[in-house]
Amino acid sequence: MQATGIKGTAAKTTAAATARADGKSETVERAGSLDTAGIILEDVCYEYPGGVAALKGISLRISQNETVAIIGENGAGKTTLAKHLNGLLKPTSGRVFVDGVDTRGRTCAAMARLVGFVFQNPDDQLFQNQVFKEIAFGPRNLGYPADKVERLVKWAAGLVGIEGLLERHPFDLALAQRKLVAIASVVAMDTPYVILDEPTTGQDYPGTQKLATLVAKLHAAGKTVIAITHDMEFAAAHFARVIALAGGRVILDGTPNEVFSRPDELAMASVEPPQMARLGQRLGLEECVLDQEALLRALGLV
Amino acid sequence: MDIVVDSLTYTYPGQPGPALRDVSLEVRSGELCCLVGANGAGKSTLCCAVAGFVPHFYRGEMYGAVLVGGQDTVQSTIGELARRVGIVFQNPFDQITGATLTVFAEVAFGLENLGTPREETVARVEGALRRVGLWEVRDRSPFELSGGQQQRLAIASVLAMDPPVIVLDEATSQLDPSGTREVWQIVANLYESGKTLLVAEHKMEYVARHATKVVLMEGGRVVASGPPSEVLGRDDLEAHGVGRPPFMSVVRALREKGLWDGEVPLTLEGAAEVLRKVSGR
Repeated sequence: MQATGIKGTAAKTTAAATARADGKSETVERAGSLDTAGIILEDVCYEYPGGVAALKGISLRISQNETVAIIGENGAGKTTLAKHLNGLLKPTSGRVFVDGVDTRGRTCAAMARLVGFVFQNPDDQLFQNQVFKEIAFGPRNLGYPADKVERLVKWAAGLVGIEGLLERHPFDLALAQRKLVAIASVVAMDTPYVILDEPTTGQDYPGTQKLATLVAKLHAAGKTVIAITHDMEFAAAHFARVIALAGGRVILDGTPNEVFSRPDELAMASVEPPQMARLGQRLGLEECVLDQEALLRALGLV
Repeated sequence: MDIVVDSLTYTYPGQPGPALRDVSLEVRSGELCCLVGANGAGKSTLCCAVAGFVPHFYRGEMYGAVLVGGQDTVQSTIGELARRVGIVFQNPFDQITGATLTVFAEVAFGLENLGTPREETVARVEGALRRVGLWEVRDRSPFELSGGQQQRLAIASVLAMDPPVIVLDEATSQLDPSGTREVWQIVANLYESGKTLLVAEHKMEYVARHATKVVLMEGGRVVASGPPSEVLGRDDLEAHGVGRPPFMSVVRALREKGLWDGEVPLTLEGAAEVLRKVSGR
């Protein structure tokens, strides 16, 4: 794994400079003390120009090295929330801090060193004529030397299983493969926080397995992984924390077991628990079961 | 209207190898046939071949034949085929014409091209938009819609044309769970109304529940085809790039333990019933 110079709470402060077009530079102070580490949202409200209120008072804290799945139906505010975590959107009221940095005072470019964001639609993101160049664009822009860029590209491509596609043109690839390229191009920036907006959309069974492995490896590398997902099986099996949004508010926040044991609240978010939990609920089990073994054990069938 | 694919081998222009290899398939009139398999298995290409985009639009090299309602797609024009087959693409961005300013006009586009009288066009567009739940946003620009709404828009533009054969190429891929349920409800209604349906889909829970026939593809070939219980019940399903619905895996586990010797149900409710019997709850 590449050393970012930032490892968990160990580093007290790291300064990173991002060159701007006007020649001035902008500095992100990264205070890694226990009080400020992680992402903190304080009563965040966001209203889109035109008056649609997408977030209505969200307060939560995501600690370093957490794996968080954000669930909820389309229009619940998931993507709007995620875009606040890297400063792409700034709250209309309330505040967002990433490792103590208030996003309101930072450009998105400055935040990009801390938080990587993979768009839902890879075609919003991809623009190079070769997969290698596409994945290398981020680390190059961060000013890394060529050998480090190459190492990061290979590492990221390997994590999502597209090592064999580095010479190809992104738009010759199928949508699901382009999505993996988009993910690798953000992972290659080696940011401590990685946000994936609907990574499993359009993925087949092997693709979803690869993404599950990616989440586990990023977690093992000390990163914080936040994924927006509609795939409850994926959320339940591969994330330690699940946050359910409905109508711009957090309605549930806890472990998969805690969240998926509340079918009534989930129905408000138009979400159905994973299949094992639904089977358990149909059979009148009190406890929430999320995998086959747990279900059979709870039914006394093991 | 039935679909017959006979020994179809097809190579895209400039590609070293064929995307489809000796594919034969029969979908009888009124069937709901699901195509399953990993990405790159050839599902989308087969969908495009049934709609005639392969070879009419993509060109390339084609051997074998595709017959829709007995007529050879190669001998038919795209215009003739449009009356018989409607296709909903995987990516709604590929489908939206960009030539219209409103959702309403977008759905009317196909009918206008067929020269449908104005009053009938208006009525059919309204019916299609209501069916997919987009009537309220009919005056918006297609590009102002969310991904899920765009996918339903693409479906509406095919429904308005009311073809006897409808092909959906992973049409739920951009949708949230409730959007997916809604689309599958539309598909089930189309099946009830007697349409012939060819549906490529990764969400196996829906394939198991709704398909009358499942075709498993891998590397451009048909690996297996048959009723859903048979194809989704294969021991080597995962090895062919398809994940079994977890509720089916549970019942299979009971069979392996010798606790159940009946059928493996194709719905979650059916699996719950089996578990209830076996556990005595």
